[in-house]
Parts: sequence; structure tokens; C-alpha cells
Amino acid sequence: MRLTLKIWRQAQDNPKGTFERYDVDDVSPDMSFLEMLDILNERLMHEGKEPIAFDHDCREGICGMCSLMINGQAHGPDRGVATCQLHMRRFKDGETIVIEPWRAKAFPVIKDLVVDRSAFDRIIQAGGYVSVSTGGVPEGNTIPVPKPAAEQAMDAAACIGCGACVAACPNASAMLFVAAKVSHLATLPQGQVEKDQRVLRMVEAMDQEGFGNCTNHYECMAACPKQIHVKFITLMNREYLKASIKQP
Amino acid sequence: MRLDAKIPAGPLPQKWEAHRSHLQLVSPTNKRRYRIIVVGTGLAGASAAASLGELGYQVESVCFQDSARRAHSIAAQGGINAAKNYRNDGDSVERLFYDTIKGGDFRSREANVYRLAQISNAIIDQCVAQGVPFAREYSGYLANRSFGGAQVSRTFYARGQTGQQLLLGAYQALMRQVDAKTVTLHPRTEMLDLVVIDGHAKGIVVRDLVTGRVSPFAADAVVLASGGYSTVYYLSTNAKGCNVTATFRAYKRGALFANPCYTQIHPTCIPPSGQHQSKLTLMSESLRNDGRVWVPKQPGDRRLPPQVPPAERDYFLERKYPSYGNLAPRDIASRSAKQVCDEGYGVGPGGQGVYLDFAEAIARLGEPVINERYGNLFQMYEQITGENPYLTPMRIYPAPHYAMGGLWVDYHLMSNLPGLYAIGEANFSDHGANRLGASALMQGLADGYFILPYTIGDYLSTVTPSSVRTEHPAFTDATQEVTQRTQRLISIRGQRSPDAFHRELGTLMWDQCGMTRSEHGLKQALARISQLRAEFWKDLKVVGAAQQLNQALEQAGRVADFLEFAELVCLDALHRQESCGGHFRVEHQTPDGEAKRDDSNFAYVAAWQYQGDGQPPTLHKEPLVFEQVQLAQRSYK
Amino acid sequence: MHASPQSSIGQKALMAATGLILLAFVISHLLGNLLVFAGPEALNAYALKLRHMAPLLWLARALLLLAVVVHLWTSIRLSRQNRLARPVGYRRFRPGETSLSARTMLLSGVLLLAYLVYHLLQFTFHTTDPALAHLTDPLGNHDVYAMVITAFRNPWISCIYVVGMAALCAHLSHGFDSSFQSLGVNNERLLPLLQRVGQALSLAIFMGYSSIPVAVLLGIVKLR
Repeated sequence: MRLTLKIWRQAQDNPKGTFERYDVDDVSPDMSFLEMLDILNERLMHEGKEPIAFDHDCREGICGMCSLMINGQAHGPDRGVATCQLHMRRFKDGETIVIEPWRAKAFPVIKDLVVDRSAFDRIIQAGGYVSVSTGGVPEGNTIPVPKPAAEQAMDAAACIGCGACVAACPNASAMLFVAAKVSHLATLPQGQVEKDQRVLRMVEAMDQEGFGNCTNHYECMAACPKQIHVKFITLMNREYLKASIKQP
Repeated sequence: MRLDAKIPAGPLPQKWEAHRSHLQLVSPTNKRRYRIIVVGTGLAGASAAASLGELGYQVESVCFQDSARRAHSIAAQGGINAAKNYRNDGDSVERLFYDTIKGGDFRSREANVYRLAQISNAIIDQCVAQGVPFAREYSGYLANRSFGGAQVSRTFYARGQTGQQLLLGAYQALMRQVDAKTVTLHPRTEMLDLVVIDGHAKGIVVRDLVTGRVSPFAADAVVLASGGYSTVYYLSTNAKGCNVTATFRAYKRGALFANPCYTQIHPTCIPPSGQHQSKLTLMSESLRNDGRVWVPKQPGDRRLPPQVPPAERDYFLERKYPSYGNLAPRDIASRSAKQVCDEGYGVGPGGQGVYLDFAEAIARLGEPVINERYGNLFQMYEQITGENPYLTPMRIYPAPHYAMGGLWVDYHLMSNLPGLYAIGEANFSDHGANRLGASALMQGLADGYFILPYTIGDYLSTVTPSSVRTEHPAFTDATQEVTQRTQRLISIRGQRSPDAFHRELGTLMWDQCGMTRSEHGLKQALARISQLRAEFWKDLKVVGAAQQLNQALEQAGRVADFLEFAELVCLDALHRQESCGGHFRVEHQTPDGEAKRDDSNFAYVAAWQYQGDGQPPTLHKEPLVFEQVQLAQRSYK
Repeated sequence: MHASPQSSIGQKALMAATGLILLAFVISHLLGNLLVFAGPEALNAYALKLRHMAPLLWLARALLLLAVVVHLWTSIRLSRQNRLARPVGYRRFRPGETSLSARTMLLSGVLLLAYLVYHLLQFTFHTTDPALAHLTDPLGNHDVYAMVITAFRNPWISCIYVVGMAALCAHLSHGFDSSFQSLGVNNERLLPLLQRVGQALSLAIFMGYSSIPVAVLLGIVKLR
């Protein structure tokens, strides 16, 4: 396959960047998208040019490190996968592919396609946990968890923290990410004790990071590599409003 | 050097309990005066950092990823073992202990493994309390499944994302401590050296991967939880960033490296599809619960799998190991798969693959049940290969997955350098020559939640807090060395990329020091590695500056360490003239091709001490003394 | 840590709650207007009845005014925040899930506001055509029926009304289910249902309101 790539290049500590055009030949349909970029990077290095910086690690869709806006879609055209699981058989010979970093005020670009997602860590830090210390916990089977609750908690907990929800949201909102953690913990009896305080604190932290607001486009759900449902945003809204009434 | 594992006296079941009560403590008010560096934020590192923070120590948590939540423990799929005996199938601490020792081919320490089995239950309790969404029965109680190498059902799981959920639990505990200001996070930061002062580990040197700044961190103790080194094979199931640098740098500063040749090749991975392959994807071992492994009886049979009649299929694991069948331990399953492929029965491109067939399970249990158990794995397989495993069997092939070897540690998980600890996959302690499925998560969390927090106090109580500062010459020297090494990598300006060297090294290691090893092959590999290393330092090409984000430079540093470390792996493999677990020497096998141990000569831990560049390392032996178990040839037949 | 109406979710809830209040008005207003098909007596009597409930009417008007102001003010704040949240846009952006009405809420909202102003000036304050204020029916009351028909006989005015109602329809077809989502009243099964109900309702409202100028232009409803 032959492809034309238009890739955002931005030097470090320089707010300005441009799109560079690269033509790549000999792309095999069995390659993953990142392997295709690896090959381009090898070539660039050979030519003495700086390779394209992009985040990646596990390359099996679970660590959440890879990002990339591919042809205007977060993690590319396939639903329910991360960029690292995207394979070139998904593209047509001769196609032009535009590759951009996640764009959000809360995710500043570090270099090329690499962005800083530490805002997510700070949101979790604000209460995305059960306040239990090591030791001193009851035996695992003491509190039964109804299977549907366990399943729903798992659906929400599947979030890999990649930031595609923010990238795909027309408003750069982080609601789905925050909602996934709020819902995961609020669904389980272990997390219900401090659920009010958790949702209030986490939403406050989210707002402070400069994410946009949710206007219910549901683009986040479409882009999410773990297909986390927007019903969790409903749940967070409800939890937040309930908590607000309880402690104004 | 006499290696003292500091195994407490007394009967095996009481050792840990009794010992724990006699460890020295640090008073609560003094704890905050001690600073501890934890390198890595996987299950072991995150759980340790969180637990130490809860105790009140000042913790510096370092990871190379952009967030602590991304460490590679996250990719563990299948589950975590515990001896809860919830299924009433006869499980017990004793049995988990024995299975682990036997699974490790009798090359691990009894006392450590026993302790691990004892702690296993508390881990489940802890994780449940953190909100880990384990699979449940309709009663609301915890569900279990079976796993390789065990005849009881003791594996707890959260769909196919158990590692992710356990890691998120530990990460959340860690973030709670960050909020409490006991833990400071240093993401996108890589440890590049260990600082040892008067024989004690007193800090590390790191490079900030964004700014390129090299700086020293001083502490009262250093905990390495930096994972394993399977990426020495280039293609492995590990993340691209996984590396040996932290533990190898510690080795070069005097820490002993134990059993580096014990590497695990996982039987169920997706076969490579071409030259461009950058990593291999694991399909959880839990698939072997319901999937049947087979190859056609006719070599080179190119019929589509459903067209091969049952009589013309060789279910080789069931044939060779009737009592464990498809659940034979990993080393055995991998070797059997390689064997049938080498004999020409393999399927798929290049004959590198065997079928893992779910047709029968789907017929028996129905698609919804299979979907519930393995849905995400099936989806992952289809995404990568373009084939639907509900309709056609998966093709699988073994791939490097886990390193049982690691830094030598005593019963306290402290290395031979006082103040330096290694936990999780970074140490060598609990899995012997082969790790059983669902035991890595157990060990990482046991070390981090329930062992290190006790044992580290015993050491800290003997040292003055904050006794050294980064102004100490040892820090300035180490910082300078790291800066120079980094600069040197950039200034070679040769022709080949770090990736090219890494690939070549990996292929060499896979061919000569992979699933089967021979004296001849290992000697060839040793000769080639030193050539390759010389080429590396002459012909490496890294474009870009050192003072900024430079991923090629990061990789170059890691490959440079692998090029030295690979030699250690081969040396260890060469010296161990027996076969055990994942280490299979072709010269040492039983007539039916099983690993043949030599307990009279090799029942020891091989701990290697660095002696300087160009010098062969010194071998120290820690004899393995078995008080309880009878050494026997492993049989899963 | 405290809950706040200024928080992201607080603002969403404000938008939703005020939106639903306005929707309730839109529906009741429509039901009243449809009396035009029942003839001048019915419509004018209804108008008179409303006037006789003056205190209640003023209360409702105050509430509606407040709802409009809060809805507007919050939407301005939100749009500003949302724009600031992505200072550098994408070269290529291909949303796959959202609807046209969701993406044009601001446009439909502005159109609706412009329409509302015109509508109030015309039929409430009689600024656009003062003559409309002096129409009286045989009972000597203000002849609302004649006012509506006189105005709608002008195709341009009818056109403005139909366009205004189209904007309302677009606005509501996203706003309806969105309000429930924002107030936390939604789930996996309810979501598609609410979306369909929202679309059906906004279409019904559009057709209901538009039927009046159309009927006037077609001569189905005429001065008696």
C-alpha cells in the first residue's frame, strides 16, 4: 500500500507547529498503525531527520498511552479500539491520512503528537478511590456484591484513561472519564460510603483543569476504545445533584 | 561473598508470622523523616509506594510512563491466585505453596513461596475493599476459574482485565497518598543509575524524559519495582517501554543478579505476521480452560481447520499430558507447541502456529457464555488477525512473556546492598524456573502490600534518616556519568537506529537462548553479542537533542544495557547444565523430551556479581534447602 | 469542596431545568393557540380568561423571564468555556455520533431568541404594527383572533413564524433528551427512547405552531 500522511509536527517549547507531508510506500495491510509510524520513523532517522514523537507502550490496547487523532477521529475509524490496535487493512491504497495530537487546553502538546494528560491523574487524586489503607479490611466474601452491580462497575472501570473522550468531544469535556470512575466506585458497596464527597471533589477538580462542558453529543462514547457508555455520565450527574442537595 | 537469605528459623508455616512480630519498627513520628524511592508503578511498585505512604514515610514514586496507571501490570489478563478454597475443591495454603514450588521446577525458595501462599488470601480481601470489580456469582460472592498448572479453581478475575483492575486499585491507593502528600509522583522519569555510599543504597540518578534534565534523588532506601526484561528478545508480550535498565544499573553498582536465564515463554500468543512486527500480543492463558490445542496429523496440511476431521487432528497436549491436558504449565505447553511446529505440523504463515479451538466449548456452553468469559480476548484477536475466533480456531504461538530471574533478594526482599530492595518481577524470588499463571499479580501485590512495608522498617530503624544529601560526591559523580553516557549515545552519529540493534539482538536471543538452548548455540550467541555491542557503540544513530523529549535516545540507552545484559543471560544459561522450567538445555532431557533437572549439582540460586567491564562476572551460589517438599521430576501426565 | 450551580454539572442542570420550564410553556402556549381552529369566540374567550387571572399570569411571566435569562446567561457562559477548552482546533474533525441539531444548538438558540423578540414586539407589545392592538371583537374585547389572522395573511410574517418554529424544533430535538441526561434521569434503555420522543415531540410542536400561519395563508382559517 502507498499512503500519504499529513502529520502535525511541533517542536518542544514552541507553541507553533505545522503539518508535514510524508509519503510512505510498502505498507503491509497486516501492520498496525503504530508499526507503520515506526517504519516512517526509521526512514526519517536514516535521512538524519528527527523522528515523530508519539506516545505508545503496551501496544495491545490496555495501557492507554497511545493517542492520535486519525482523519478527524480519536484512535481512528474503528470503534472500540485504541490506535495501537488499529491495523492498516482498515485503510485504502493511496489514501491520505491526517494525524493530529489530542487537542484540549487541559492536554497541552509537549512535542509533535505527544500531549500531557496529567490532568487526569489530578482528577483521580481528588477522590477517585476508596479511602482504605492496606490491612484491616474484611474477608473478601463478607459483603456480597450483586452480579449486575459487579458487571456495571466493571463496565465503567474498563476505562484506560487515554483521553480519547476529551479529544473527540466537540467541547473537549472530560465528563466520560470522570463519570467512569465515579460510577465504578458508586456502584459497589465498598465505594458507596464516600460517594457524595467523591463526586463533588472530582467534579471540582475536573472543572479546575479547564476541560469543556458536556453538551450531550455522545462523541466520547463513540471514540472510547473501551466503549464506555454515556449512561455513566447520567449516573454522575445524578450522583452530583443528589450530593449537592445533601450537602449544599 | 556468603549469601545469607536470612530465612527465619522454625517450621515453615510459622516462619513469617513469627518473624514479622520480631522485626524492628520505626516510630510513627519518625517515619516521616525517612525518604524512600520506589522505581516503577506496576502492581508491586504502586502497592508498595501507597502502603509506605500510608505508614507515613516520604515516598518518591518514579515511572517512565506519563501516568502511574500505565505500568505494564495493566496488561495481565487472566487472574490472580489465592488459596481461599471458595470452591470447596480441596485448595489450601499448603497446596498453593506446593503447586507454585512444583510449577517453578523446584528452583525457588521454600520459605518465600510459603509466605506468598499465606499472604494470597489477604490480597483478595484488600483488592475487594478497594473496589476492584472481581467477577461474581449470582449469589454476589466471588467467582473463580481454573488456570494452568493447578487442579483446583483458585483464580480470581475481572473479565480478561484482571491486571488492569488490580493495578487501578493500587494506582488509586497511590493517588490517595499523593493527595495526602506522603507520595510525590515523578512520571516520565527514568532511573539511569543507582547511588551507593559506603555499601548502602542511598539514591538514584534519573533523567526527566521531557526536559532531558539529569538529576540525583537522595533517599534512605531504594525500592526497585521496575519489572522484567523479556524485551531482551525484542519481540515479547511486554510493553515497548519495558526494560532492564534499573535493575541492570543496580547490578553494575554491586547488586547481584539472580537466575537471569529463567525466562518464561508464554504458550498462547498471536503469531507474528511479518518483518514489521513490533510486539506480540498475549491471549490469556485462561483461554486454555475452554479452548483445545491441536495441529493436523498430516504435516503441511493446508485445509481450513473445520474441514480437518477429528480423527486427523492431534490434540497433542491432551495426548501427552492426559491429567492436565490443555492446562499443562506454560513452559511445557510452549515447548510442546514449538516441538510440533519444528516437526512441520505448524499452521498459518511460516508454519509458526497451533490451533486453539473453541468450537467444542461453544457447542457445549453456547456463544453467550464464551462471550462473557472471553469476549474481549476474542475481539482483540479479531482486531489483530482479521479472523473471527467464533468461526475459526485461533492460531497461537509461544512468545517471551515473563522473567523469573531478577535481582537477588533475601527473605526481606533486600538485595545484597543494604537499603536496596527489589520487588515484583524485578526480583528473582518466588517463581523458580517457571511461573504459574495468575501468580505474577499475586507476587507483585504480596511484595508491595504485605511484605516490604514490614521488612523495610527493620532496615530503616538502623539508619539515620536523611543522612546523605545530593551534594555528596557519589551523587555528583553518578550524575555526571549518566550525562556523559547519554551524550555519548547521541554523538556516535553512525548509521543504524537503536531499534535495528534491538531487533538483531532479540532475534539472536530468541534463536539461541529462547525456548531451547544448547552449549554450541549459547557460545555462538556470546560471541555475536560482544560484536554487536561493539558495532552499537560505533554505528548507532540517534537524531535529536538530549535536552528534550527524545524517544530514540531513551531506547538507545535501554538497548545499550540489553547488549550487556544479554551476555549475562547467556552466561547463566550456559553454566546451568541442566534443564529446569523455562530453561531447557537440549543436552539435558529425558527420553520423552521433558526437562531433566540435576538436583545434586544445580539445586541453587545462581547470583552473579559484576566485576567491571570486560571482566566475567563472579558466580555466587545460594543453595536451595527443601525442608518440606520432596524434590521430584515434575509430571503433568 | 462544595456543590455549586457554577460547576460544570450545576450549569448543565440549570440549562436542563430552565429548558424544561420553557418547554412546558411552549406546549401550553401551543394548546392555547390551536383554539384558533375553533373560531374567534373560543380563542378570544381563552385570551380573556388568561387576562382575568392576572396575578397568576404575571407570576408565570416572571418565571418564564427568569428561565429565559438563566438559560441564556448559562448558555453564553458554557459556550465561552467550551471554546476556551480547545484553543487550537483540529484540521480534520469528523464527529460520528452527534446530530445536526446538537451541533447547531447555538445557532438555533440565537434564531429562537431573535424570533422571540420579534414575536413579543409584534403580538405582545404591538410595536411592529400598532394597529393590531386596537382590534376588538363584538363583545368589545381585544380581538386576538383577528390580530393573528391579519398578521399571518402577510406571507413574509408567516414565513418568519415558520422559520422560527423550525429553529425551535431543531433546538428541542436535541434539548429534550439532553435535559433528562443532564438531570441524571436516563439510562441505557431510556436513552434511545428519550431521543425518539424528543424528536417526535419537537416535530409535533413545529407542525402544531406552523399549522396556524399555513392555514391562514391557505384560507382555511379566515376572518369572520
